[in-house]
Amino acid sequence: MTDNDVIRCDACPVLCYIKEGRTGACDRYGNLAGQLVRLDPHVVLDRAVSRGDSVVPFLERSHDWDGNLVSGPDTFVTAIGAGTTYPDYKPAPFIISSEVNGVDIVTVVTEGIFSYCGVKLKIDTDRHLGAECSTVRAHGEAVGHVTTNEYGSQMLSLGGVRHLTGGTRHEGTVTCETLLNLCNGKAVELEIEQGAKVTVQADKPPIVDGVLEERMRVGCGSATIGMFAKQWFGKVDEVVVVDDHITGVLSEHQAGKLLGIPETGIKLKGRRSTPGRYFRVAEPGTSWGGTNIEDPLSILSDFKPKIAWPGLRLLMVSTTGEHYAYFELDEQLRPVEKQLPGTLRQSVSRVKENCEPALCTVLFMGGAGGSLRAGVTENPVKLTHSVRDALTRVTCGGAPVYVWPGGGITIMVDVSRMPENAFGYVPTPALVAPIEFTMKLADYGTLGGYLDHIRPLQSIAANRHVSAKPDNPWPLQNNSQSASKS
Amino acid sequence: MNRRAQISLRPDGRRLHLHDGPIDVIVEAFGAPDQVRIAYEAAAERFVTILDELCSELPLLRQAAGADGPHVTGVVARRMLDAVMPYAAETFITPMAAVAGAVAEEILSTLTATADLGRAYVNDGGDIAVYIGEGEEFTVGMVERPDHPCLFGTVRLHASDPVRGIATSGWRGRSFSLGIADAVTVLAESAAAADAAATVIANAVDLPGHPAITRVPACELAPDSDLGARLVTQGVGELSDEEIGLALSFGATTARKLIERGVIVAAALNLQGETRTVSALPQLRPTGFPARSLPHA
Repeated sequence: MTDNDVIRCDACPVLCYIKEGRTGACDRYGNLAGQLVRLDPHVVLDRAVSRGDSVVPFLERSHDWDGNLVSGPDTFVTAIGAGTTYPDYKPAPFIISSEVNGVDIVTVVTEGIFSYCGVKLKIDTDRHLGAECSTVRAHGEAVGHVTTNEYGSQMLSLGGVRHLTGGTRHEGTVTCETLLNLCNGKAVELEIEQGAKVTVQADKPPIVDGVLEERMRVGCGSATIGMFAKQWFGKVDEVVVVDDHITGVLSEHQAGKLLGIPETGIKLKGRRSTPGRYFRVAEPGTSWGGTNIEDPLSILSDFKPKIAWPGLRLLMVSTTGEHYAYFELDEQLRPVEKQLPGTLRQSVSRVKENCEPALCTVLFMGGAGGSLRAGVTENPVKLTHSVRDALTRVTCGGAPVYVWPGGGITIMVDVSRMPENAFGYVPTPALVAPIEFTMKLADYGTLGGYLDHIRPLQSIAANRHVSAKPDNPWPLQNNSQSASKS
Repeated sequence: MNRRAQISLRPDGRRLHLHDGPIDVIVEAFGAPDQVRIAYEAAAERFVTILDELCSELPLLRQAAGADGPHVTGVVARRMLDAVMPYAAETFITPMAAVAGAVAEEILSTLTATADLGRAYVNDGGDIAVYIGEGEEFTVGMVERPDHPCLFGTVRLHASDPVRGIATSGWRGRSFSLGIADAVTVLAESAAAADAAATVIANAVDLPGHPAITRVPACELAPDSDLGARLVTQGVGELSDEEIGLALSFGATTARKLIERGVIVAAALNLQGETRTVSALPQLRPTGFPARSLPHA
């Protein structure tokens, strides 16, 4: 108690002694660098106030209040926290009616238990994360695999029934926790077999082997040459855009030819694809343009003495503009690094600024199985048909979903468009995700809905109100479903 | 009335939220609306002095209970001491092990003494006192990890069952634990008895000396902890199925002894996803989540 990092809290008569970085018995007041600080995440009431919820006064006027907080078509009841159906209670937990533009609309709200589900992860990076099909691990357990490399992004596929329930109990638990954290917007550390360690979080830049990825490339090396050839013309004799996929060389490239740029005698390592385009100039890695090189000259052989000339100006730049170096050839035609001339600085920064902020995006993907559909209608296949015919709109926590064509109701949703902490889990293990089906009352009757379980919107007392995300279409509005951010 | 305490109805209009210092209580009473209001007003009035009462005897409540132990006079403090006395002869335990359950019980007794209710519960941070009127029942869900709320089991309580208290303890909870259980949920005749027993059983779920368990002297974390320099669990690494089974069996043995002595009715022990239950009454065995019958997507 004599430690000078201990403070005494006087917020209540318990008068806790609190060490630095810890909280008192209440978990609400803490010692932050010697200061008593109210931390507060657990105060339900205050949280309610900060969210703009109604806080209902007690004692003074409790009898004046009718118990309703939800009213009108401007309120949409999400399935978050709705619970799931129990075996002795077939219809979905909430079947809610509201009137929109004079038409009775029904929303069937449930939380689905998805053991057939996973996450498609798009990581904007040119750095090599791992070979296709490599196992992706979390806490040492296999939770998914590396799938295709798309333009400027590496896709990972995590979860799925094989990892959730097909492996050991521990594999399932870790997979479930990984999916849950990703879907709820938390950061997750993944390790790719014989590849990189990457920290991913929805709507945040990835961290690859400890390095924060800031930008995604504007194009491959060859495309970059095409885009910026005119801006380099006359200011430099040769440009090499270093890229793990296709490294571009200005003087040999079609774009350079069109501008009449003369040959420079440059010789690249790697395999030439078409003129000015080279595959595999180096091994994949996390340095220059997603290769493993630290020294850009390591991908060049000697210049051809018959063609090159002393004083030849060479710019080397990565596809993201993050790495660049400028050289001039000396009398022996050896490149000597010089300061980047002001006239080229703009083109390098333009490459960089055309590279958009790198993000991780998390799409939850799951299939709404027969028993979940049975909570909506007595004849589950009719719900599938109704969704197919666009009579029924599917949302997840009010966010728009993409319904994959074909059989069943397999949905994809961008978790960042859903309210916070929308996902839960059961120890099966499986993920619990909110899912809502909205349709006209008449259509609900036609597909065999539980009409006698419909309750008016006004009868729902919500525990948590969240503001609708401005980018999302309003779930009760009858325009065609779209999962694209406008 | 002390101005520190916060009293409000939850936005659902049904539950009463009582908050004062480290005490955070949710109350729900079922019955005629006027009876519920009378009950809530009485509960609120009783609540506002509880923390001051406890704090006036706090140094005594932080001492080990026993024949030579502290004597306390407050009503809630007495409930706490009574609840931990069954363990005092064989282990170190202070009345603080039953504080949450005792507070819940005190509020519940105020509710039932002032109003005519069908049923009611008082949930003090997971330690719950229930009143179940004739022919009524409660379904209670159990959660293993507060950071990932998810039911690992449920139990249904009927008026004819002897259970009126439910409490959960584990190293992930707000209080320190000497053991490694994620959660031990105990059913007992009173909330204070359940609270103390959950603490004792959770302490018994352990693998002494296991390298994957991080233990820190309680006083290093909270200088005024009633546990002093005793090592409390701050982290549990991955355990093998055998180790999980062994640790759970230690706790289950303790729980079974308490059932034989009539101190508790049932317990559900949870460690890294594995659940072990022991019960005096077959109908009160907490059941695992019925995964088979859930609407799988």
